[in-house]
Amino acid sequence: MRSLHLLSAEGGGFVPPSSNDFNFPSFFHNNQYFTKPILLVFLSVLLISVFFIMASRKAAIVPSKLQFAGESIYGFVRNDLAKDIIGHEFMRFVPYLFTLFVFILTNNIFGIVPLLQFPTMSHVSFPYVLAIFTFVIFHYIGIRKQGIGKYVKDIMFMPGVPKAAYILLTPIEIATYLITRPLTLGLRLFANMFAGHLLLLVFILGGDHLLKGVIGLKLISPFAFAFGIGLTFFEFLVQCLQAYIFTLLTALYIAGALADEH
Amino acid sequence: MKGTLNLVGYGLSAIGPAIATGMIFAAYISGVARQPEARSVLQPIAFLGFALAEALALFGLVLAFVL
Repeated sequence: MRSLHLLSAEGGGFVPPSSNDFNFPSFFHNNQYFTKPILLVFLSVLLISVFFIMASRKAAIVPSKLQFAGESIYGFVRNDLAKDIIGHEFMRFVPYLFTLFVFILTNNIFGIVPLLQFPTMSHVSFPYVLAIFTFVIFHYIGIRKQGIGKYVKDIMFMPGVPKAAYILLTPIEIATYLITRPLTLGLRLFANMFAGHLLLLVFILGGDHLLKGVIGLKLISPFAFAFGIGLTFFEFLVQCLQAYIFTLLTALYIAGALADEH
Repeated sequence: MKGTLNLVGYGLSAIGPAIATGMIFAAYISGVARQPEARSVLQPIAFLGFALAEALALFGLVLAFVL
């Protein structure tokens, strides 16, 4: 990929967007960490708090529009995600699942909001911190419910399997529970947001570059922009889906940790 | 990695998840066709399966950029 960059930049042509476009300069000189993504995360927390505080003030039996919106988001997470999947003791986990869903959704939507236009989850650390929270939580829940000895034994030697299969199954199970689950949970969210932002950059910057070219290229640029608009809608779908999937998988892992093995 | 070998690798690795996504949604469509009332029951399962399969395609894309 890097050699393509050097070739295209030398010709004075289009420099395709790369992972360098995800590095932002800091706003202040003495602190190198205060960059645009950090500002966006703070902004997202502010927006979520203001929205839900205003939606739950003066709660009436016949809800106003804001209250209805807030309650439908909460109801969706509580019913479809927590109650259907975790089952019996779901209320304990609704705060965490709800926070996760709304935080990831808001930060993802920042990818297509004009003037902001950067999905903060495309910086690797944010999804991974959330994945580490989920990892710690579901292991802690499992250990607290079943005791550490039984929990580890149930992971390593899954009941109901013929004993000879343990040679193959135990390493796979250990790798799944300790490595694969948190790794893929964070990587799925990060890679989706990274790829989506990069796609949008390619089509919109490319359309802009075509617009500055000769007349033949100028005529093609509306197609690039139209594709960019279509991709924005597709990105919206992917962003909502990824927030839902992260929360769904968290709920599934917690449900798996709480399940009584016969 | 020299040249554009990582792009070739990404292209080849994207075949698997593409087939997987097609199979998942083929099963979803068949299920809804046989019993339209099952649509809302099958939908979360279809999207979960799709996201799990697409994750693998995206690992390839990210590695194509990183390497």
